[in-house]
Amino acid sequence: MAAASALTSSSIELAAPLKLDSGQQLENVRVAYQTYGELDADAGNAILVCHALTGDQHLANPHPITGKPGWWERIVGPGRPLDTDRFHIICSNVIGGCMGSTGPASDAPDGQPWGMRFPVITIRDMVRAQMAMLDAMGIDRLHAVVGGSMGGMQALSLAANFPDRAARVLAIATTARHSAQNIAYHEVGRQAIMADPDWQGGAYPGSGRAPDKGLAVARMAAHITYLSEAGLTEKFGRRLQDREAKSFGFDADFQVESYLRYQGLSFTDRFDANSYLYITRATDYFDLAEEHGGRLADAFAGTKARFCVVSFDTDWLYPTAESRAIVHALNAAAAPVSFVELSAPYGHDSFLLDVPALDRVIKGFLA
Amino acid sequence: MSGTLRPDLAVIARHIPAGARMLDVGCGNGELMAELAHGKGVDARGIEIDPEEVERAVARGLSVMQGDANRELGAYPDDAFDYTVLSQTLQTAERPDLMLDELLRIGRKAFVSFPNFAHWRMRWALLWNGRMPVTRHLPVTWYETQNIHHVTVTDFRELLREKGVAIERSWFFSSEREINPLGANWRAEYAVYLLSR
Repeated sequence: MAAASALTSSSIELAAPLKLDSGQQLENVRVAYQTYGELDADAGNAILVCHALTGDQHLANPHPITGKPGWWERIVGPGRPLDTDRFHIICSNVIGGCMGSTGPASDAPDGQPWGMRFPVITIRDMVRAQMAMLDAMGIDRLHAVVGGSMGGMQALSLAANFPDRAARVLAIATTARHSAQNIAYHEVGRQAIMADPDWQGGAYPGSGRAPDKGLAVARMAAHITYLSEAGLTEKFGRRLQDREAKSFGFDADFQVESYLRYQGLSFTDRFDANSYLYITRATDYFDLAEEHGGRLADAFAGTKARFCVVSFDTDWLYPTAESRAIVHALNAAAAPVSFVELSAPYGHDSFLLDVPALDRVIKGFLA
Repeated sequence: MSGTLRPDLAVIARHIPAGARMLDVGCGNGELMAELAHGKGVDARGIEIDPEEVERAVARGLSVMQGDANRELGAYPDDAFDYTVLSQTLQTAERPDLMLDELLRIGRKAFVSFPNFAHWRMRWALLWNGRMPVTRHLPVTWYETQNIHHVTVTDFRELLREKGVAIERSWFFSSEREINPLGANWRAEYAVYLLSR
């Protein structure tokens, strides 16, 4: 793999201030990114991959903090669906993130971390930063933009707001607007973080304390929404963890408890609590129809891109009906669109896991 | 170029002009669409209910959406296509008459092909054995067939007459060969119609 050995991200400082949906603007915005595969002389083979809520730019190389494989290493590489022999794959860390792009952990102009003074950002703001990054890279038009979950929201936002910049749009396990249920789960996570005394109103950087307990709980709650009941039952059932009998206490008796605790704790090693607040907020605000006068089809009125929308039958976070709504809007806008609901047992997380049908769809759509 | 297509699909492929916009309802793995899209530059779209067929069609680079044609056609605006195609699917529709309305609402013209339940072999099988016929074109027993509205050439013509739908052309087939329209209701195993409003 061409650049997969790069452990430290490249980054670009945007030339102009970034205008935000909130009306504010951000100066000296930095966008961290990774690339894989060579860019053609005419810059026509670039594919932008947008990461999900807690993902980052380490798409197909070991994560610099955890040492684990990149989150889509299965998909990205020579001969793989995102073929690095053919395509120049770019994955950037969203603004508001904590892996090198400007976010609440970055320093504000006064030299102190932004913390909660960081402006609230939206999915469209994230995409604006990505477009400015592509400008700096000299890439006018992407061969494709690809994303799952929050990455899919970015892909749709790009198609709606920058209709000339991608020839293909692949949106996986995603939605055109966050539902009340989605917002409710996120609010549980945010409240867990803000209820942690170590959060300190968001001013924890430099204090030697961080709201790890709150962030871990937020991650545990969210993680449940990423799985399916069948998947959880198959993986854990009601099996006990390292014991023969129930303890009649509140230790992690059940394997599923122990698993969630591990997921929560390990998350705090690689993710910033304030970033979690800002990025969940961005997804909650996401409503592509609202941005375009209330009719989703109007969001896609100007598009010339080909679309492919994929959902999973066990995903209850962004169920198939949400994908169908996107597809109906695209049909009404006469955009060429494919849609398939794939069968996979893993719930929302299916887009990250081994689903060979997804590989075939991605490969065929990008060909 | 249509050498490998089923004869009814070959007729349809021959009569859809280059560059047209078409929607294939119940497109399977996209056989007809692929022929038209790659051979004639037709802007071909499809709907198919079986996810595995859709996956195969998408993997060949076609624009196909998974969905139930009984419900999904409403999402398309009027006159969205030059041609709609319903091949060997009419008899599986919940309401073939309403399906026909939708086909001619979103397409200016519609190709419809269906197996003719009045073919003499069917009549013979029913008359002689007293059992629902299982034939090459309707190969599944009565309790597991997807064909819920068995239709004949005469029934179909009557429906078109009631709806005031114009027949532009028709083709009839027996043993994979085109036959004379005379006595089609007896002699045709399946029929293809080109319709307009």
